[in-house]
Amino acid sequence: MDVLTLSRIQFGATVGFHYIYPPLSIGLGVMLVIMEAAWLKTKNPIYHQMARFWTKVFALTFAIGVATGIVMEFEFGTNWATYSRFVGDVFGSALAAEGIFAFFLESGFLAVLLFGWDKVGPRMHFFSTCMVCLGAHFSAVWIVVANSWMQTPAGYHIVGEGMHARAEVTDFWQVVFNPSSMDRLFHTVCGAWQTGAFLVISVSAWYLLKKKHVEFARASLRVGLIVALVAALLQIISGDSSARGVAKNQPAKLAGFEGLYNTTSNAPLVLVGYVDEKNQKVVGIAIPDMLTMLVYREFNGVVTGLNDIPPADRPPVSASFLFFHGMVGIGFTTFAIAVLGCFYLWRGTIAKKRWFLWILVFSVLGPELANEMGWFAAEVGRQPWLVWHELRTPEGLSAVVKADVVLTSLILFTFIYFLLFAVFIYLLNDKIQHGPHDDDLIPSGKLALPDELTEHK
Amino acid sequence: MHLDLNTIWFILVGVLFTGYAMLDGFDLGVGALHLFTKDDQERRVLLNSIGPVWDGNEVWLVTAGGALFAAFPNVYATIFSGFYLAFYLLLAALIFRAVAIEFRSKQPMRWWRQMWDVSFSGGSILAALLMGVALGNIAWGVPVDVNGEFDGTFFGLLKPYPLLIGVTTVALFMMHGAIYGVMKTEGALHDKLRRWAMNCIIFFVMCAATTTMATLLYVQHMADRVRENPWLFSIVLVNMLAIANIPREFHLNHDRRAFLSSCVAIITLMLLFGLNLFPNMVYSLPNPEYSLNIYNAASSQKTLGIMLVIACIGVPVVIAYTVCIYWIFRGKVKLDRMSY
Repeated sequence: MDVLTLSRIQFGATVGFHYIYPPLSIGLGVMLVIMEAAWLKTKNPIYHQMARFWTKVFALTFAIGVATGIVMEFEFGTNWATYSRFVGDVFGSALAAEGIFAFFLESGFLAVLLFGWDKVGPRMHFFSTCMVCLGAHFSAVWIVVANSWMQTPAGYHIVGEGMHARAEVTDFWQVVFNPSSMDRLFHTVCGAWQTGAFLVISVSAWYLLKKKHVEFARASLRVGLIVALVAALLQIISGDSSARGVAKNQPAKLAGFEGLYNTTSNAPLVLVGYVDEKNQKVVGIAIPDMLTMLVYREFNGVVTGLNDIPPADRPPVSASFLFFHGMVGIGFTTFAIAVLGCFYLWRGTIAKKRWFLWILVFSVLGPELANEMGWFAAEVGRQPWLVWHELRTPEGLSAVVKADVVLTSLILFTFIYFLLFAVFIYLLNDKIQHGPHDDDLIPSGKLALPDELTEHK
Repeated sequence: MHLDLNTIWFILVGVLFTGYAMLDGFDLGVGALHLFTKDDQERRVLLNSIGPVWDGNEVWLVTAGGALFAAFPNVYATIFSGFYLAFYLLLAALIFRAVAIEFRSKQPMRWWRQMWDVSFSGGSILAALLMGVALGNIAWGVPVDVNGEFDGTFFGLLKPYPLLIGVTTVALFMMHGAIYGVMKTEGALHDKLRRWAMNCIIFFVMCAATTTMATLLYVQHMADRVRENPWLFSIVLVNMLAIANIPREFHLNHDRRAFLSSCVAIITLMLLFGLNLFPNMVYSLPNPEYSLNIYNAASSQKTLGIMLVIACIGVPVVIAYTVCIYWIFRGKVKLDRMSY
């Protein structure tokens, strides 16, 4: 294989593996803030136990997230050096801002969150939890801003020519608030909240099925389902808004997502199906005119098809279609699960619906898969561009890196990732089997003094 | 020396890498020493001495890398693509050591703990060595062609001088880590670490002396600035005095001051490196005219300005809460059930 294919596989594998973890950290971060707030407010020890238990799971996902995240930062330089030279002026700033505003905040206060239970008072601990959560969200902000700039570049001009051309910032705020950044940030963060919430839901449902830690599981399930429902509702709004942004800013990408070849004013919305690339059509079930409706909010409006886009500028259609529809399909399924879960919760019958609990046990795979597919859709749909209409993917490669060294690193890191994943699953399972600690129902150390807290008021 | 934006960013990137060496240096050093004790309890104490802070320390590397990418994209691109395999090995080492810290104490089995102990220690040593080798290559000079691209091979990076710097870096971090360990432990382990610290100091001083001789003999451009500005020799003196001060503070039972001395030693070393490298960032050998410097490798003035604002807002806040967090976790390590 050539160096381009290998480098793309390696980057895809790195990002794909890395992205298993950050949504869990972001989502669990929100869950921890809610649990700890509930503990401080109600003094109900079950919330303390919950915060303690989920903190341990959080630590596990965070550690692997950091370890795999550093690889990405290095990989821009190692494999995509020409890209790095081209975008450094713009993209580098966002990455540096992520380091200064997000990673320090997250990792610094994580120390207090994990090890500070007996060293600081309850309010300081809660503050640290909030900072960790905020840091995780800041990191999403900057990395999504950087990626969105590659999708819909703004606030820059090109300086130099040929090999030495590069993008330079002209307006920093236009870079940050480029046409797609806020929609995509909203969409990414909602996906992360769902992931965190569904992890809590899955584990709690397992305990309920096994009739272990029932009180703990009920309380966790309640928090999880409510967050999942809210996030899923918001996700529909953000998804709609994101897709309309794609229609406006990246018509070729939308045409790829929907497998739309002919430009038309009554574009159908495909529910399930596949693209027959040879005959340039989609086989499957579709709602007539619905795509036009979603894009324009009325039944007349022209949606550009792939045939009106130069062949050299078209994304890979089948892959774009598959990832996009996979994401949407799974997204609506998780929404349905959250709605049904909240309904049973409200009726108080959830613990008796064993079939539904079994669905919940596996439900965390939903948001995880949707996150992965969403990013693959976003990145594959952007092809053949690295930076939309400015830099093509092959042009971004490192000039001096040969295929054999990329193959070496790819093999090495594939091995490392499999090992890491196996150990992650093993330890996660181990934590789940051990379950919450009963000692945590009797808070110790400085946290044991809630009365003192009220006296200070 | 005119203090323009490019110079400021050279200094800021230097500050970030120095912060990294000073902070992650001690936890890499603790890792390098980890296998010297066979006792499980002592290994746990060592691990937990860095437990709450190692993660934040590693962020200095991430941020330094980000700042390099943003301020000097050509340096970032040339070095990272040029040192390809070396950097992937470094990443593998950092990953193994990071997850080893997290995983080691999660299971009681002997083989499990031994496996992660070796991975933690080996990863720490390899990471320190490789970072030293990278630094050594920058000092020695890197083959850079007319387009600013790396024009060498992986094995070309393993010259004696960079390897010597690599070993010196391991020695430096071991010394730093041992002193940190002395500060954080008590009882038998404390006394043991003191003996180790003394041995590490000897090891480091031997390495440092050899490196200095080698630099003066073979890498003369890395001594030019001090040669031309003799008053800068005071930095060398401060460095030596700081190291000499460590046994003295031990004797007086001022373990924290011993650690601060070790920090001063690292800062002065990085300062000397930066002063002699300036204004180059990648010295090109054999064609010094192709060197990447703070002007031909930099981002636009606009970006450097924007980032300076970001740094002025962010860095003081970071330093403030980092100090707070170190303060919260001051004192000797006590194992509890949240420990590693």
